[in-house]
Amino acid sequence: MELDFNRAKEFFKGMLFIRRFEERCVELYSNQKIRGFLHLYIGEEAIAVGLMSALSEEDAIFATYREHGHALARGVSAKTIMAEMFGKMEGCSRGRGGSMHLFNAATRFYGGSAIVAGALPLAVGMALADKMMKRNRVTVCIFGDGAVAEGEFHESLNLAALWRLPVLFVCENNRYAMGTALTLTESETNIYKKAVSYKINSKQIDGMRVMDVAEAAKEAIAYIHSEKAPMFLECLTYRFRAHSMFDAELYRQKAEVDEWKKRDPLILFEESLKEKNLWSAINKAEIEDEIKITIDEAVAFAENGTLEPIEDLEKFVYSEARHG
Amino acid sequence: MDNITTYREAVKEAIRKAMHEDERVFLMGEDVGHYGGCYAVSMGLLEEFGAERIIDTPLSESAFTGAGIGAAMNGMRPIVEIMTVNFSLLALDQIMNNAATLLHMSGGQFNVPLVIRMATGGGKQLAAQHSHSLEGWFAHIPGLKVLTPATIQDAYEMVGLALSDPDPVLIFENALLYNSKGSLDMNAIPTPIGKALIHKAGKDITIITYGISLFKALEASKTLAEVGIDVEVIDLRSLRPLDNETIMNSIKKTHRVIIVDEGWKSGSISAEIMARINEQAFYELDAPMERICTVEVPLPYAKHLEDAALPQPQKIVAMAKKMMSKL
Repeated sequence: MELDFNRAKEFFKGMLFIRRFEERCVELYSNQKIRGFLHLYIGEEAIAVGLMSALSEEDAIFATYREHGHALARGVSAKTIMAEMFGKMEGCSRGRGGSMHLFNAATRFYGGSAIVAGALPLAVGMALADKMMKRNRVTVCIFGDGAVAEGEFHESLNLAALWRLPVLFVCENNRYAMGTALTLTESETNIYKKAVSYKINSKQIDGMRVMDVAEAAKEAIAYIHSEKAPMFLECLTYRFRAHSMFDAELYRQKAEVDEWKKRDPLILFEESLKEKNLWSAINKAEIEDEIKITIDEAVAFAENGTLEPIEDLEKFVYSEARHG
Repeated sequence: MDNITTYREAVKEAIRKAMHEDERVFLMGEDVGHYGGCYAVSMGLLEEFGAERIIDTPLSESAFTGAGIGAAMNGMRPIVEIMTVNFSLLALDQIMNNAATLLHMSGGQFNVPLVIRMATGGGKQLAAQHSHSLEGWFAHIPGLKVLTPATIQDAYEMVGLALSDPDPVLIFENALLYNSKGSLDMNAIPTPIGKALIHKAGKDITIITYGISLFKALEASKTLAEVGIDVEVIDLRSLRPLDNETIMNSIKKTHRVIIVDEGWKSGSISAEIMARINEQAFYELDAPMERICTVEVPLPYAKHLEDAALPQPQKIVAMAKKMMSKL
């Protein structure tokens, strides 16, 4: 993949934007503006940014409860995401979903699912519909390593392979299912091998390198279109922050976290741009300023948002009440 | 024009009609294709519509139910067949956490026009993993609609009603009814979802029931008529939404209630109906409400034990006589 200045800037800014957005979320959580669960993506930004760069507007996305990064990288507006976390009507799910359930029809972003592996069957069905209607588009399903232990993972991979469905399965292997290490729960920790057993073309890639992810995703999408079959990417990554804001991180050593922080996707990308003599063209201070303005605007938008009237509480349980 | 047919054929005809009229409709489930359906409902449909629209699935209830949801969100009108209600528990995550919640959780952006059909009910000596009536559980869940066709007409109409609904609809077909025969008017205007039907008008006691228990209540009503007790029999047809109006209007007339339900009593739809009557028509009652439900055991295999566990016409007769003698 050609890495020109524009793409370099886009990737760097995309990752930094997610990082700064979530750092602000932490502050807002401490100030009790954001409540409920808040799962941070910090450390894993290269996957969302690299992956989304390979998709077309027509493609559909199912993500997990750690999906701020995916939503932002897909182009869901930061304003509506922040308003959602503030529980406001202007939120991308009208304040009905919160941090774990970001939805946006315009970008075909089908959520934020907080039942681990629960969205894999949905992705299979979405792709089945496209195949039946002969629509040439891909459904991307993002999940963590924890999902691999669920029956729905295996059932869904089998169906996608059996029916040759246009699904791109993306496993973000950050080595822990909440606080339990993958090595304590899986007999085979190379997750991509499980997909191979279902006869799915499967690759393990470095999820800390945005270019690796972008290239692998681009190739995967091309493969899905040409071979009319699903594909599986295991992205090796690491979560720098706790599982959620309630996690005391008793299950891992600080030294391990520090070691992984040396492979921060932002640092790795900076190094790679320096090697390619592209870094000097990146004005980091200017990018930081642009990001800060956008996030400030998002917070102001959320602050000024509207609380949905209690009379509307029972809306959206059934379709006929949608506007009633 | 009426013709005589079976419940099984009525369901199949409704599916056939929908598939001919709408290319978005397809049927998916275990053994629906080459086997012809566990209860032979889809016999012949594979030959008629092909393997792309009559889809045999692996034994993966969660994945194929979830796939139905995903396909429904992407413009299709899937009918998912789950072999029996006991197996639907393997898909409960998808039904509860996705089908029922997505519209609300997405702030109204994504509706799920999915139909799930499954067999329910006891009486076939299939013991404790194939005989239960769990439709009342599903009626607990906001976001779902729960239909329980008892008659041939409803078996036919409810497939079309469910397919034209924008939200997830579950249809519970009592397995003992598949061979039942009756008249079907394919040109009738369908009775809407959420409307109960009075199958027999009466003035002394309202019997509220649904599914196969409707026929037990109607049989009991004949015996009771011989001793001068005139009962009104209501077929709920839909457990969610419940037709409060028809229930309360009947109670205003009869002032007495017996609920007949193949579910258990504890935490059940019969308990819900009693609670609603208490809330909405308490001062209309002349006697404590009663109910005849399945005895609280996992259903046993032995016929005499299973018969004793399930609601039966003679239990209804005895209850009605007792209720009237209390005057």
